[in-house]
Amino acid sequence: METFLQQLINGIVQGSMYALVALGYTMVYGIMGLINFAHGEVVMIGTMVAITVLGLLAALGVPMGLAAVLALLAAMLACMGLGWSLERIAYRPLRNAPRLTPLITAIGMSIILQNLAMMIWSRNYLSFPPIIEKVSYEVAGAHFSNVQVLIVVLAALSMAGLLLLIYRTRLGMAMRATSQNLPVARLMGVNVNRVIAAAFIIGSAMGALAGFMVGAYYEIAHYQMGFMLGLKAFTAAVLGGIGNLGGAMLGGLLLGIIEALGAGYIGDLTGGFLGSHYQDIFAFVVLIGVLMFRPSGLFGEKTGERA
Amino acid sequence: MLEVTGLRVAYGGIHAVKSITFHINEGEMVALIGANGAGKTSTLKAIARVLDAAGGDVHFAGEDITRLPAHEVLGRGIALVPEGRGVFPRLTVAENLMMGAYIRHDRAEIARDMEQVYDHFPRLREREGQLAGTLSGGEQQMLAIGRALMGRPKLLLLDEPSMGLAPLMVQKIFAVIQAVAAQGMTILLVEQNARLALEVSQRAYVMESGGISHTGNSAELLTDARVRAAYLGE
Ligand SMILES: Nc1ncnc2c1ncn2[C@@H]1O[C@H](COP(=O)(O)OP(=O)(O)O)[C@@H](O)[C@H]1O
Ligand SMILES: [Mg+2]
Repeated sequence: METFLQQLINGIVQGSMYALVALGYTMVYGIMGLINFAHGEVVMIGTMVAITVLGLLAALGVPMGLAAVLALLAAMLACMGLGWSLERIAYRPLRNAPRLTPLITAIGMSIILQNLAMMIWSRNYLSFPPIIEKVSYEVAGAHFSNVQVLIVVLAALSMAGLLLLIYRTRLGMAMRATSQNLPVARLMGVNVNRVIAAAFIIGSAMGALAGFMVGAYYEIAHYQMGFMLGLKAFTAAVLGGIGNLGGAMLGGLLLGIIEALGAGYIGDLTGGFLGSHYQDIFAFVVLIGVLMFRPSGLFGEKTGERA
Repeated sequence: MLEVTGLRVAYGGIHAVKSITFHINEGEMVALIGANGAGKTSTLKAIARVLDAAGGDVHFAGEDITRLPAHEVLGRGIALVPEGRGVFPRLTVAENLMMGAYIRHDRAEIARDMEQVYDHFPRLREREGQLAGTLSGGEQQMLAIGRALMGRPKLLLLDEPSMGLAPLMVQKIFAVIQAVAAQGMTILLVEQNARLALEVSQRAYVMESGGISHTGNSAELLTDARVRAAYLGE
C-alpha cells in the first residue's frame, strides 16, 4: 500500500510533465496532421536554455527565485522562437507534400537539433541547479516534496489556461475550426498560416515549461534527453487520442501513473528478474497496445480521421 | 460586379475548367448548371481562391482578385457555401455562425445578424448550442448558408444547396435564398437540379465538360429544346 501511494504520487508528477509535452504533439497534429517528432528536442532545448540562464544569473548574483522565473521565461521565449522557426523553415514548404515527407523532415529536424545542442552544451550531463530549498512531506508513509507539488500545480494551471485559450477566445475558435476543416476556415477569413504558427508557438511554450520542470525535478540534463521524453509524450498523446487536447492531458497523466506503478511492482511481478530501471518498457507496451487495439486512443472520436 | 475571363482550372494534367468567361451584375441571381463533373465546383473554388486558377482572371467590384490569398476573399465581399456544406462538426451551431463573422469586430451588429439568421432558420435557433455534426443534412445546409450570411457578403456563391435533401427541405432553403436575393444580395447558384435553378434565377450559364455551352435568360432556357432534353429530362 505504501508503495502504491508513493508510486501514484510519483506517477502524477511525471504524468503532469508528459501531459504538457503531449499537448505540443497533439495541437500540431490536430491542426495539420503532422507528427512533429522534433518536439522532444524543443523541450530539451528549453531545459538547456534554462540551465544556461540560471548559471548566468547566479554569476551576476541575482537571487534564485527571480533567476528561476527569468530562466523559465527565457526558455519559453527560446522554444517559442524555435517552434515557430521549425514550422516556417521546415514544415510550411512541405504543406502540400506527400505525408511521409514532413514526417521524415521532422525526424531530420530532431537529429539536427540534438547535434546543435551537443555543440552548444557539450555531450556531458549538465546539472540543473536547485532553485528552491527542497522540503519533504510525508502522508500515510508516502513522501513528496514541495518541488513535486509545484510541478503538478503549475502544470494544472497552465493546462487550464490552455483550455481557456482554446475554448473561450477568438484565436482558440479559429484553431478549432481550422483543425476541423482547414479549407473552410480559410473561406471564413482565417489566416491558417497564423493559426498553424500559433499551434507551434503555444505547444513549444508548454514544452519549455515541461523542460524546465524536468530539469528542476531530476536536477540533470543531457542533449539526448528529448528523445525518450518526446517518445513517451507522443505515446501519451496517442493513448489519449491524438489531436484531442483533453486526451493528451489525461493520456499523459495516465502514462505517468502506469509507468510509476509498473516500476514499483516490476520486481515483484518478475520475481526480481527485472528491476525498476526497466520502467521504460511500460510506455512502449502501452503504445503498441493502443496502436493494436484502439488506434483512435481512449478519447479519440474515430480512427483515421486524419490519415 | 463579378467578371470571370478565360478562367482555367486544372488538377495535375486534368483540365476541369477550360477557359470560361461569364459575368454577374449587381443584384442578380445567376444560375450555373450542368451535369456532374462539368466543372461547376472547380469554378466556384477558383473564384473563392481555395483553388489556384491555371489561367485567366477574376475581377470583383473592379479589382483583380485572381491571386488574392483565400482568407482575404470574404473581406472583399465574396462568401462561398461549399458543396457538402463544410460545417465545423465539433463547433456548436452558434460557434459556426460566429466563425462566419470571424473577420468582423462589430459585436452588436454581429448579434443582430445572428438573430436575423435565426429568423430565417428558426430550426437553428432551437439547436443553437448543439454540435453542428449532429444536425441533419438540411439543417447543416441552413447553417452553412447562415454562416456565409454572417460575413455580410456582397456576392454569395452557393454550391448545390439542394444536394441530398428531401423536397420539403429544399423548398424551405430555396425560400430563404429567394428572400435573401429579394433583399438585394447578388447570388451565383450552382445546381444539378436545373429546373429549380432556372426557376429562381434571372440568367443562367450551362456548363458542359469544362466549358460553357449555353447561356441566356433562365425563362428562355427553361423552354429551350436542347436544354430541356439534356438537363430537364424531357
Ligand atoms: N481534387 C480533384 N482532383 C482531381 N480531379 C478533380 C478534383 N476535383 C474535381 N476533379 C475533376 O474535375 C472535373 C470537374 O469537377 P467539379 O468541378 O467537381 O464538377 P461539378 O461540380 O460540376 O460536378 C471532374 O472531371 C472531376 O473529376
Ligand atoms: Mg460540384
